[in-house]
Amino acid sequence: MVESCPECASAVSPQDRFCEECGRNLRVQRTPVGGPEAVADARCACGGGFDADGFCGRCGRDRPPARDRVEYVLPGLAGVSDRGRRRQRNEDSMAFGRVRGRGVAAVVCDGVASSERAEQASQVAVDTAVDLLLTAVQSGADPEEATGDAALAADAAVGRLARPGAEEVAPSCTFVSAVVTDESATVGWVGDSRAYLVGESGAARLTTDDTWAAQLVAEGVLTEEEALTDRRAHVLSRWLGADSALDAPQAVTFRLETPGLLVLCSDGLWNYLPEPEDLWAVLPRGVAPVEVARELVEVALKAGGHDNITVVVVQLRGGHGA
Amino acid sequence: MALEFAVEVFQNEYLPEGAAEVNAILTVSATGEADAVAVPSADAAEVIVVDTSGSMRYPPTKLAAAKQATEAAVDTLRDGVAFAVVAGTDQARMVYPEQPGLVRASPATRSAARRAVARLRADGGTAMGQWLLLADRVFAGHQGGPKHAILLTDGQNQHETPHQLTAVLDQVAGRFTGDCRGVGTDWQVAELRRISEALLGTVDIVADPANLAEDFRAMTSTAMDKALADVSLRLWTPEGSRVLFLKQASPGLLDLTDRRVESAARTGDYPTGAWGGAESRDYHLCVRVNPARVGDRMLAARVSLVGPGGDVLGQGRVLAVWTDDTALSTKINAEVAHYTGQAELAEAIQEGLEARKTGDVETATARLGRAVRLAHESGNSDTAKLLAKVVDVQDPVRGTVKLRARVADADEMTLDTRSTVTKRVGKGR
Repeated sequence: MVESCPECASAVSPQDRFCEECGRNLRVQRTPVGGPEAVADARCACGGGFDADGFCGRCGRDRPPARDRVEYVLPGLAGVSDRGRRRQRNEDSMAFGRVRGRGVAAVVCDGVASSERAEQASQVAVDTAVDLLLTAVQSGADPEEATGDAALAADAAVGRLARPGAEEVAPSCTFVSAVVTDESATVGWVGDSRAYLVGESGAARLTTDDTWAAQLVAEGVLTEEEALTDRRAHVLSRWLGADSALDAPQAVTFRLETPGLLVLCSDGLWNYLPEPEDLWAVLPRGVAPVEVARELVEVALKAGGHDNITVVVVQLRGGHGA
Repeated sequence: MALEFAVEVFQNEYLPEGAAEVNAILTVSATGEADAVAVPSADAAEVIVVDTSGSMRYPPTKLAAAKQATEAAVDTLRDGVAFAVVAGTDQARMVYPEQPGLVRASPATRSAARRAVARLRADGGTAMGQWLLLADRVFAGHQGGPKHAILLTDGQNQHETPHQLTAVLDQVAGRFTGDCRGVGTDWQVAELRRISEALLGTVDIVADPANLAEDFRAMTSTAMDKALADVSLRLWTPEGSRVLFLKQASPGLLDLTDRRVESAARTGDYPTGAWGGAESRDYHLCVRVNPARVGDRMLAARVSLVGPGGDVLGQGRVLAVWTDDTALSTKINAEVAHYTGQAELAEAIQEGLEARKTGDVETATARLGRAVRLAHESGNSDTAKLLAKVVDVQDPVRGTVKLRARVADADEMTLDTRSTVTKRVGKGR
């Protein structure tokens, strides 16, 4: 199979560890560090150019923050993040990467809207975590241990964004991660971002929300239905940030035996598809991960897009890794 | 020119979802030291056009006052200013100099002009288009600086069709600026307003001929203070948008919407005439854009003030931000509200007076009552006083009025003429 270097597009062979042209590490591919701002569009969607103030000379639109709509595609996994229809900013972030022949790692974080610089918090968190997870994938370290380290490192990194004296609004975010290798997948989470496993005959939720509502459901105080409409449904009981007091993320590891998809998402998606069956019902079949992610985001946008929506889809090859 | 311009934009940029109209008040201010900006006199040109139709003979004080006023204007001209005096009847003829053209002001030429004016006799009809065409010919050879005309009349444009006048106005608009004065009460406000608007100038009534001289002196002096002619407001608006209107809102209402000249893609220029130092004007801009999504931000207009050479003298931005926060989108900007009210005030006065003329008491009472209320609310006391001479105000807050049975022609015409004079938006901006 002929591949090309993702950096300089020259031809490389599958055995190459580095590109002979530009020296890029070919074993590890990942989304850009620092997020979409680093690779912003030079032209407006209407085709016009932006002036010095950042306004399109044709349609007048402000240069959209690159975060408004982000799509990343790597072989076998893809992600889409959208500002939605109601929020002023997209405070979700995602990062993922792939180590050829070893596996993939993906992280989605949802900045807490009531905190300061929420988008910076989520971006720092995904960058920090995915770095550690990819290193673990490369070195073959224990995925669950790596997930714990990644969440704690992200927590510390977000914590460093806090301003002294402004603890009440310290930057904070949720966290959901996946490490997928040939044999198994490990999912870790803090907060209410979720992971779903989609198989050949149905979907299952892998995470339990760290919210007050979910806790009350677990304790039998509320039913699932009541929890959905309860005003505490989205009040987080755990998060990343200066005031998180996080000791470890929740995590689950399972063996991969059949083909399927692993879906990581922020609550901007699952608000509209609360049950695994809902997700299963709208999931497009037989298309690439990026198409799945786009379609799911579209479903949330059409339903109102009240929050930022982020979806990362990992192709599972059933005992053959990702 | 050492004139410096600043463009300020006053607006509420927040729009509710789906809204397409963006309103803004643009304040354009010119500043500069009087010495630094004074036009070299050689650059300015002034043409005084005096009505010498037969009607100027009655009462005899009218022609005498017109001559006096013209002489006062001539006396006000600084040395070196190029000038001419034109007499208008159903034709137009040169009073001074004898051949169509301009002469430099000097003690000798000023006194020669005064003598020529003193010899004026009134006789004949009225064809103002002819007067303007001669003024245009007189100005034709003048290079550079501000060209300004003063037009004085006492009657109606009887020897010309409105259509003929329109054709002339289309021809001369933008070639020089001018102010119109109607003396007595036999002239038509709408007619002179049409001329003054085309010439980007003012119109006013001088009911008592005795006051003409002072008025002419003031107009001439203001005209000579202009340092920069042919300044345009350039509007860039996004693709698919439309400028619904651009009006000068202060010092007086002047609709510039139809004066647009395309200057580039999505860009049009609107004439503002000549500017002097320490001058400030407000413009009301309304643009219809394609609404964007909630949260989106758009440049609805870029406003540039452009000099005669195409140089940009100042810039401002009109923005649109769509939001579902009604606390933001329902706020009405104070400046926009004020001038929307002043425009409605002018409209109410003009419609009310028109209805009064045709004997439609009900409409006249309603419209003039509305005008009283608007004048009261906006603190436009000058207009409120003029209104009170035409209607008996019973409750200014609610706009309850009764038409006065007897109204002096001069009072009615003064109200009509000055209906477009706006009160500037309150201090503290």
